Amino acid sequence: MSAAIAIGVAAGIVAGLLGVGGGVLFVPGLVLLLGLGQHQAEATSLLAIVPVAIVGTYTQNRYGNVRHADALLLGVLSLAGAGAGVALANALSGAVLRDAFAALMVMVAAQLVRRVLRDDGPHAGSSRASDA
Amino acid sequence: MAIGTLAGLFSGLFGVGGGSVIVPLLMLWLGYDERSATATSLAAIGFIAAFGAAVQGLYGNVHVLDAVLVGLPAVGGVVIGAWLQQRLSARWISLLFAAVLVASAAELVLR
Repeated sequence: MSAAIAIGVAAGIVAGLLGVGGGVLFVPGLVLLLGLGQHQAEATSLLAIVPVAIVGTYTQNRYGNVRHADALLLGVLSLAGAGAGVALANALSGAVLRDAFAALMVMVAAQLVRRVLRDDGPHAGSSRASDA
Repeated sequence: MAIGTLAGLFSGLFGVGGGSVIVPLLMLWLGYDERSATATSLAAIGFIAAFGAAVQGLYGNVHVLDAVLVGLPAVGGVVIGAWLQQRLSARWISLLFAAVLVASAAELVLR
């Protein structure tokens, strides 16, 4: 139970700090620390993301950053894709899904490094302080 | 429309929000600035994750108690993270987190 809470706090801090969603930490945390299978970890991660997204949206909305029409359109349009993605995940074996997820983690890591390198470029400055 | 479909597929397949797909595409294709992109992406993710979790529930894969134990503390974590963001440079944290991701990926595959 304390491991679960630790995963949650750590993932939340990283999400708030870097703007990387909680899922990319929820899933490996649930697999490596709580011993869930890859499918169970992904499913559980999706549910855990919901409260984080709601509170995050509420906060960002107060800053006037949310474009409501686009968000609604995106959300509704992605439902079919999400259903297909879940069906595809459940059609794959845990091992294949796990390796694909590992590749995703490396991709997100590369994205982060690229962002840091970009910030070090000619336009680096205080304007990036609240990046994410 | 393409962004939504791609993001949904990605989210459902990997159990993540889909932000790492939505944010760059909103900036690249629709000309969003980074702040509006992350904020709008978060709002869309709420729908996507809720729906994906419901479908996974039909497969019997969702561990509700674990989701609550992980998800609620994460809400507190987000507030702390956003607070910290105003006070320290994200540079080293980004690099450290990237290293943690790569190490966890290796652990997942090699275990």
